[in-house]
This record gives sequence, structure tokens and C-alpha cells, in this order.
Amino acid sequence: MAENVIKLTLDGTELEIPKGATLLDAANQAGVDIPVICYHEATTPNGLCRICVVDVDGGRVLQPACVAECQADSKVETRNERVERSRRTILEMLNASVNLDEAPEIQQMMGDYAADEARFPDAHLREHTLIDDNPFYVRDYEQCVLCWRCVQVCAEDAQYTFALTLKNRGHETSVATAFDIAMTDSPCVFCGQCIGVCPTGALKPKAQWGMEQGWSADEMRQKTRRGKKRKSGEGDGD
Amino acid sequence: MTIQSSVDTLLTKYQSRGREALLPVLWDVQGAFGSISPEHVHEISHLLRVPEADIFGVIGFYTLFHDQPTGRRIIRICTDPTCALKGADDVLRETCARLDIAPDETTADCEYTVERSPCLGMCDYAPAALASARGEVDVALPNVTVDALLGEWTGEYFRPAGDNRSALLNPRLRAAPETLAEYGDYKALRRAISEMSPEEVIAQVEASGLIGRGGAAFPTGLKWKFTRGADGNIKYIVCNADESEPGTFKDRVLMEHRPHLLLEGIALAAYAVGTDKAIIFIRGEYPKATAILADAIREAQAAGLLGGASMGDDDELDIELRRGAGAYICGEETALFEAIEGKRGFPRMKPPYPTTFGLFGKPTAVNNVETLCAVPSIISKGADWFRGIGSDGSAGPKLVSVSGHVARPGVYEIKPGISLRHFLDEVCGGVIGELQAVLMGGAAGTFLKPEDSDVRLTFEDLREAGSTFGSGAIMVFNQTTDLRDMLKRLGRFFQHESCGKCFPCQLGTQRQVEILERLDAPQAGDAERLMDIGLTMTEASICGLGHTAGIAVMSAIEQFPELFKANGQQHG
Repeated sequence: MAENVIKLTLDGTELEIPKGATLLDAANQAGVDIPVICYHEATTPNGLCRICVVDVDGGRVLQPACVAECQADSKVETRNERVERSRRTILEMLNASVNLDEAPEIQQMMGDYAADEARFPDAHLREHTLIDDNPFYVRDYEQCVLCWRCVQVCAEDAQYTFALTLKNRGHETSVATAFDIAMTDSPCVFCGQCIGVCPTGALKPKAQWGMEQGWSADEMRQKTRRGKKRKSGEGDGD
Repeated sequence: MTIQSSVDTLLTKYQSRGREALLPVLWDVQGAFGSISPEHVHEISHLLRVPEADIFGVIGFYTLFHDQPTGRRIIRICTDPTCALKGADDVLRETCARLDIAPDETTADCEYTVERSPCLGMCDYAPAALASARGEVDVALPNVTVDALLGEWTGEYFRPAGDNRSALLNPRLRAAPETLAEYGDYKALRRAISEMSPEEVIAQVEASGLIGRGGAAFPTGLKWKFTRGADGNIKYIVCNADESEPGTFKDRVLMEHRPHLLLEGIALAAYAVGTDKAIIFIRGEYPKATAILADAIREAQAAGLLGGASMGDDDELDIELRRGAGAYICGEETALFEAIEGKRGFPRMKPPYPTTFGLFGKPTAVNNVETLCAVPSIISKGADWFRGIGSDGSAGPKLVSVSGHVARPGVYEIKPGISLRHFLDEVCGGVIGELQAVLMGGAAGTFLKPEDSDVRLTFEDLREAGSTFGSGAIMVFNQTTDLRDMLKRLGRFFQHESCGKCFPCQLGTQRQVEILERLDAPQAGDAERLMDIGLTMTEASICGLGHTAGIAVMSAIEQFPELFKANGQQHG
């Protein structure tokens, strides 16, 4: 066996995998599906949603597959009782805090793991008012799962704009601009990358939102363009 | 003076620094202006070249920083278990009533803000408070009454600690701190530098069997060996003085009583690891220990005791004191690095471990205060002497913080191996009333019942009993204690202190407290919900906070199942 290749067993199947590969890489190679929420190919993985946890050698704690490196001769179980309990409970707790109506992948996971939507009665849903402060996109943090991807692409992972941060702490954390200033007063350059990496309906192009609201063509024009209202009849064939 | 020019004047000394200076800068600005405004953030952003959004995020992470105006005086009253047993809720209610405000509000004349606080590490003086007046040094107030809170703040307290056999405490002290004259020369350091190689110091510490006193019980010598052996010219010693596990206050007492013992321990660690840069990260709620350490560092430097030519060493050790700003999570070593680096205190993923990738990405040995304080006597008296105290798995003297229903709460130095019963009856003066339960290891610990009192106080015996020594906290509850109320307070503590990074802990601490708050009228299935939450946090969280945030509750479900049943109902 080559020096840079290691062997491990994943769900009973023996695999050879390059040294340094993650458990998620190994699962992909074996054709085993591991759910992910915060993980995205374009962002630095933070291993924070923990939905991808797997059991390595029955260790004291589970390992996040998206970031944990494969260990030689280890035995990995991607879906045993411990793994299922953690994934199901995370999903049930998440559903009690966040509006997941526009997160079909997470809803699918809830089905896969038999997560009970009503597991936590009288739970505190994170309440936020939709923020409509610019012509390009709206922010509905009631649908935000705190995957951090938007903050990351706004910073070192892509744009170096640093318009966004996390404010508060713990369960009351939310994505925000400095002192909650309007996006138009922030350094935001409206590149749209945050919308592209958002896994739920928390960030949405204004036009899409407008269509959902049933705006007329005129309304759409007025509300989705920057600067002064365009003169009627200018350049759009009316 | 404009904001810009006044901030400029205040912050000149930070001119050449970067993001790592953020917490010190925020402390200075808040000290001068009471809170940190958008204009201040704008100036700080230019000064340190940190985005404004990031600074805003950092302010919001640390509870002792304010981005909104507060009263000129802020009173933070601890309402965690031990202080609650001693009437903290009444003090809070009456203080607020006297000022005609609710908790977390400010009086109309902007004179007072009153807040609830998590454990202030003053459980031996419960109920305790932390008092801040603009432009003045904060004061930790012992045994508070409403009159004391609303009158002149003195914050004077002292209790002798230790006995004739003590190695960590000095029973002869009649006031704190021990002066350099009382402590004497840094003999162990001098001996190490002149007679021992760094490897020999590490070997001695390894042979002593010293394991970390912060809660994780990692072998200290091994940690130093890894750090010394790691690649890189720049390395750090970080002293973790962010003691904030509810019920734990031994490090506070050590720092207030024996600052030079700690400094000598740090200097020995630096010599062993091979660095001349050490940082003490002390929790923001310890103003007295902070002032004492700052003085002691100056004193030791002036006396030429921190290495350098006068000690026969090449380089003098630089010890920097950094003040935290209200975040329990920063006791987690990687979150602590983030705080020093000027960021929100989020724990990092491990591996890589601090010994190879620590502070500023450099090899770092992080040691608890008590651990470092054990080192000078290991060097002067030898590894065998240290091993001779305690058991095989728990070598050396151990400090225990005891609070709650005992005759003499406080910090005691014990020989590991004595029984819990002996400790409670003979060492701290006996239980007041009839013992109902003991919470071992703080908020992240487990409950023991009276029939468990024969367990020996060692790391290994407690582990075998399904419990933990942890940071050495013992909270004692007698038959009058409402354990459901204690559990609610533990739940509120973790909900308040979760950093919010990983889903299991961010969501789990919230779901847990929601269920604990209704424990007087639990819903069917609540015990199972709490078990699922606890196990998920334990097995799937990123860091030690999440791993232990459900331990006390799960232990209570096992030990006191009746607490989780509605009257006359079976749970489940």
C-alpha cells in the first residue's frame, strides 16, 4: 500500500483513502450519504451544525465527518443508534427554534431521521422581523439556522467586505451588520454571494421575494432598483 | 474634545498594535465613556484595522461590554446556586425595588443599572456582587445586603486559608496578598535555571504525576514536553485564570493570597517549554486578583526574579496580564486564545491541539492557576515528595472549593484520598442541617447522595463512582434545598453561557432550560427529552462546555427521578 494511503472500515466496507481525507470524503467514495447543513464546498468548514457526526471506534464523542480526518485502521459507523439520536435531536431542536418552511433539504432530513416536529412543545422560536433595507435582497432571520456561510463569504472566504457579523451569544445569536445599520449604510457591495450560499429562505433576492408577494411589474421596478425612481417609459418599452 | 481626539489620546499606546489589542482597547474606552458607541467603534476600527462589524460582534459576545449607555454605577448580583441559597434573589428584588427598576434596567437619573450575574467565584462570601462605577476599578462585594450595594462600596474580605501541612496555601497570612518579602526569593526557579536543564524540569514534573487542576486532568509534564518538542521559535505559556465554573473559587484565593507562587510557577513553565512570553488570562469578574497580580508582576520584575541576567538566564520573562470580559466559554483553552486574539470567544476544532497550534497559531502550553502553583514545590521538594501526597492517580495536594450548607465554606487544601464524609464533617465544620445532595465538580458536575459520602476524593475514585472531581468544586445542599430550583439555575447558567457556535449546545442549552423552567409541572416525556438533549450535547458538541452542559441534569434524572415527575404521575 502506498505511503499516502490509509485503510479504514466504513459501515463494514473496507476502504483505501488518501491520507488527510475527511470522513465525509471517505463516505462519498463509498457511496454512503451523510447529511450536512453548514458544510459547503466554497466555504471554510467550521464543523458547527454537527448533523454530519459519525461514530469512530465507539469513541466517547462523535466526530464531525466534514472536518475530521480519517484515521488508519479505524472503524467508522455512519448511522448507528448514537448517531441517529444526535442527528434526530439536533433536527428536532432546530425545528423548534427556526422556521424551516423554505429549507427543503432539512425537511427531507427530518423525514429520514423520523424527527418529530412537535418534540419540544412550548419552545422559544427565534423571532425576527423581515429586514427590507435595500433594493437587492431581503433578510428573514426567522429562517436563519446560523450556518455562518453568509458571514464567511462576506469576509475572508470570498469578498473581504466585512459587512456582516454575528451578534449576541448562544441561542440568541443572529447575523447582523454593525449596530444593525441598514445594509445600504454598511460596506456591503451587493455581490449576492451570501444569497448564493444560504441554505434556507433567510436570504432572498428582492425580485424573487417580490414575485412571492405578487408585486406588479411597476412595483418590481420601483422596489428593486437603486437610486431615483426611473421615469416611466424610459428604456423598458412601456 | 471630539470623540475622535479623545479616543486618540486614550489609545495612543495601542498605535502599533493590531486586532489582539481589541479587548484591552474596549476596556479602556468603556472605562472612560461608560459604553462603546458606534463612533468609538469607527475610531477603533481605524486604529486596529479591524472591521466595524467584527468589533460590534465582539462587544456583543462579552457580557461585561456595553454598546448601549448604562447607569454610572452597575451592580451585578450573582443568582447562581450558592448565592441563591444565601438569599441572592431577595437582595436583587429589594435592590431593584429601592431603585424603582426591574433587573437589567437603569434608573431614571442614570445612576444605577442592576443586573443578574452568573457565578462570580465568591461562593465563600455568598451572596456576592460585582460593582462597577464609571472611571473606577471594579469591586467584588462579599456578603452583600441592599444597604451595602447602595452605599459606599468597600469590597474588603480576607479569611486565612491552609494549615501547617499546606504547600499551596499559606496559613500564616493575616492579610492578602502575601508580599514578596513574605514569599521570599524565587528559589525553585533559581535552582532550576542553575542546576537543571529544561528537560530535567519537565522530567521532574512528569515524575511528580501532576495532572491539570482546571477540570480536564491532563498530565502537565506531558503537555510541556509536547510544547517544547513542537516546531517553531515562538511559543507561549498561557495561564488560564478564567476561573468561572460555578462553585469554583480556588484560583481566585490562590491569586489573591499568593501571587508570587503563581508567577514563579509560570516562570518555571516558561523555562521548561523554552519561551520568554507568558500571558495570564484572568476573568473580568476578578478585579481584586487582577490588581494584586499586576502589582506582583511589577514587583518581581523590579527584583529581577523573572529570569534574565540576575537569575543566570538568557532572557527575561515577559508576563502579560489580560482581562476577560464576561464569558464562561473563555475558560475553554481555544476560546481563550480567540479572546486574546481579539475575537468572539468561540472554541476551535481540535485537532490541531494547542501544543502545536495554540495562541496566534504557535505552540502553546495552557495551564490552570493551581497547576502552575504546584510546580515550585515539586522543583524544590522533589517529585517523590509530591507523589507521597495523595493517591496513584491523584498525586499531590489538591484545592477544594466548598460552598452551600457547610459550617465553614471556603478553599481547603486536601490530601486526595480522604472521604467526602471526612471532608464535610472534619475539614469544613460539618453540614448545616441534614445532607440532601452534593454537586461535585460545579455546574458541569454530577450529584452525589448522602449514602455516597464514603467515596474517596480522588480523580480515579470519583470517576469510578460515575462522578467527577472536575475543578474541585463541592456544593452542599441540605434537606431545605429545592433541587428543582437549583437545576433551573444550572440550566439558566448554561443557556446564558453557550457561545452559540455548534447546534447541539446552542439549541440544547435553550431546550434544556425551557424544560427545567417547567419542572414544577413537567409534561409527559420531559425526562426523555432532557436525556436526548443531554446525550446529544455530550456526544456531538464541539467543546467541553457543550460536552458537560447536560451532565448535572442527566445525573439528577438518575439520582432523583422523582424531581422529574408531575405529582402522582409516572414520568415518560
